[in-house]
Amino acid sequence: MMRERIDCDVAIVGGGIVGGSAALFLRQARLSVTLLERDWCGAKASGVNFGGVRRQGRPLEQLPLSQRAHAIWGRLPDLLGTDAEYIRSGHLKLARSEPDLASLIDYRERSQGFGLGLEIVTGEAFRRRWPALGDRAIGGSLCPEDGHANPRLVSPAFARAAAKLGAVVREQTPVDRVEKDGDRFVLLSGDALEVRARFLLNTAGAWSWRVAEAFGEPVPLESLHPNMAVTEPLPRFLDVNIGVEGGGVYGRQVPRGNMVVGGGRGFALDADRARPQRDAVLTLMRDAAELFPQLRHAHVIRCWTGVEGYTPDRNPIIGPSRTTPGLFHAFGFSGAGFQIGPGVGQTLAELVTGGETPMPLEAFSIDRFPPTA
Amino acid sequence: MSELLPPVIVGAGPAGIRAAERLVAAGLRPVVVDEAARWGGQIYRQPPDGGFTRPKTALYGFEAGKADAVHRAMAAIRDRVDYRPRTLVWNCEAGALDLLSDGTSEILPFSHLILATGATDRVLPFPGWTLPGVFTLGGSQVALKFQGCAVGRRVAFLGTGPLLYLVAYQYLKAGVEVAGVFDTTPFAAQARATTGMLRDPATLAKGLLFVGWLRAHGVPIHNGVRPVRAEGAERVEALVWRDARGQERRTGCDAVAFGLGLRSETQLADLAGCRFRFDEADRAWLPERDGAGCSSVPGVYLAGDGSGIAGADAAELAGERAALALLEDLGRPVEAARVKELDGRLARIAAFRRSLSAAFPFPVDWAAAIADDTMICRCEGITAGAVREVARSGQAREMNRAKALTRVGMGRCQGRMCGATMAELLSRTLGTGPDGVGRLRAQPPIKPLPIATIVPSPRGGEGTDGREVA
Repeated sequence: MMRERIDCDVAIVGGGIVGGSAALFLRQARLSVTLLERDWCGAKASGVNFGGVRRQGRPLEQLPLSQRAHAIWGRLPDLLGTDAEYIRSGHLKLARSEPDLASLIDYRERSQGFGLGLEIVTGEAFRRRWPALGDRAIGGSLCPEDGHANPRLVSPAFARAAAKLGAVVREQTPVDRVEKDGDRFVLLSGDALEVRARFLLNTAGAWSWRVAEAFGEPVPLESLHPNMAVTEPLPRFLDVNIGVEGGGVYGRQVPRGNMVVGGGRGFALDADRARPQRDAVLTLMRDAAELFPQLRHAHVIRCWTGVEGYTPDRNPIIGPSRTTPGLFHAFGFSGAGFQIGPGVGQTLAELVTGGETPMPLEAFSIDRFPPTA
Repeated sequence: MSELLPPVIVGAGPAGIRAAERLVAAGLRPVVVDEAARWGGQIYRQPPDGGFTRPKTALYGFEAGKADAVHRAMAAIRDRVDYRPRTLVWNCEAGALDLLSDGTSEILPFSHLILATGATDRVLPFPGWTLPGVFTLGGSQVALKFQGCAVGRRVAFLGTGPLLYLVAYQYLKAGVEVAGVFDTTPFAAQARATTGMLRDPATLAKGLLFVGWLRAHGVPIHNGVRPVRAEGAERVEALVWRDARGQERRTGCDAVAFGLGLRSETQLADLAGCRFRFDEADRAWLPERDGAGCSSVPGVYLAGDGSGIAGADAAELAGERAALALLEDLGRPVEAARVKELDGRLARIAAFRRSLSAAFPFPVDWAAAIADDTMICRCEGITAGAVREVARSGQAREMNRAKALTRVGMGRCQGRMCGATMAELLSRTLGTGPDGVGRLRAQPPIKPLPIATIVPSPRGGEGTDGREVA
């Protein structure tokens, strides 16, 4: 068989929301791009996550990137040709106790200056504004311009938009070997395809450690599986995306009425696949019904999970390789990559085209972890 | 292998009951889990307890003897099995089933599991199929057998498969007017396939008898039919159809019962980790099973229509055969002569089924003709055009992707009803064979699970680290 060879400026491994958006911004800068995706673009964590488009609650060091992403989300129809069910509904983080409320207030103080516009609502005002929320919460913090979107539609759309602008997007194309030959990266997919590129973006999600390791940068990345469930459609009772301080359960109601809830963890079937876990499902249903009394008579029609890469400090790894010029990493979003993804994609494009970015990335360096054995 | 756990059988139809009977005869006490309130499965479904007095000959016709034998077999071992009626198996995970009964969820660990999960109607949509008054053939039969009522006063029977004539016959016997039998199979195909059916003269004679009996009672029977639409303002008033010569015709009726054979309920086998293969005859992905009913997973056995459509007689044999395979795996003595006899009879039925699927071929052009504006996924309200669009634009080349992008199969049925249609539309549009677009992955719960499900001893989800994700 003849091996196909593609020469380009930038090769991207992984067609999730980070790789797909990086491809799109690189094409806007007129670089030639080849994106290789083992499965379908946006089929893994980018496409099966909860769908929260949320800045509130992120560690402060993520907020500049998150704000950048926020601006991109605002232009979604222009960029992608679809709104992908993105709604700026607001994100309300609930407090179930005084200490939780204090910690929300503290976060508002600390995040001032980043432009989140957080608003603390408590007591009678809280009850009047969200009467549907039952009495489990004593108050909450609202980020009015946060919201939610349909990840199954958004994430593939980035790669599709990039392809429309001329990126070569190859799905069902695993990268079996990757190395640097002189000033070129060489990627092999079986015997069929060889890609040669000046730059390499490692945006392969939970599988990114493989690429990093190939360049002598082992990372302590762990695969975890957030547990999700969706109910049958119900009358609309909730417009905001809900999180809870201290965690446990989160939920959003989509315009067609289904309530999407998340909490707990699924389990791995193998390195590539995961399933919801029975105790997590049952606990999630109990917690969701407690938080949202409207669900008490509803049915869960589907549960799912995905494979997501987590780092020890729950911050992602973003930025240049410490071993290999021309290689940039962006992975390990630890369950919170969906909203920030397009901002990271744009930042990667900057790093490739100009060698620098105004985004502070120190907290996300790949060599911040102690060496793994 | 450990015998600490009793063997578990899912399904109390002909396969499940015969499996249980065999295990009881070997001195075991199996757990039999069944969704229905009474044993018998779909085909030999019993009316609810009390108040229903129709005799079995009226309920099951020619099959009354077999139905009675299956019912009696279960009655005879009733106190030697752990029988769990009205119990849904909603998940299978790590060597245990999750049961839902009376609103309470319970974990049932197993070491040996026989899945006899049965089948539902296979349907393809046509314009008007969502009108009140349009039912599946199986649903129409359940109405008669279980609810003691008919789906209409004047019913048109449409589609293909043995059930088509059987249910029409049962309705006529029950005193309902049959507006006609509209068979999608061309007459010639049926005549040709009859030769093969001579292997089982009794079944063939029964089939011919239904047809003869319907004709004798003035029921028009049309071959080579395609539906045009079900018509009506608030419910079905007529079936508009095209005859074998392409002429459009209209038949007044207040109900349509339709179906295109059966489709296996394979979700549990999927969650149990069984390997699947594409079956040409059933035009579906099925869990692999060998002649004895062993799946690709040690300790998991498959019997009856839930792992390949072969009918009730085969299900009884396959149920017993799977139980024998299980006993053998437990190191119990098994009568070789009985194994041989069952294998021989199952092989003869298999040959007969091949002729039967030739006699009732799946109307592949029906799917091709589904108009873009016809709704194919009722739960989510998605049209055929939406599926064709994601295929044509290159966005979806397989089932799970098409589901993600269109929502087909994301509703209450989780693709159990609409999956076959999506596979037909996708493979047609993409120009692959029907096996070229994969299959929907099963996810728990396999049927809707009440949020209010009671968990006697909640163990808590593992690993929540107190952070909101996404």
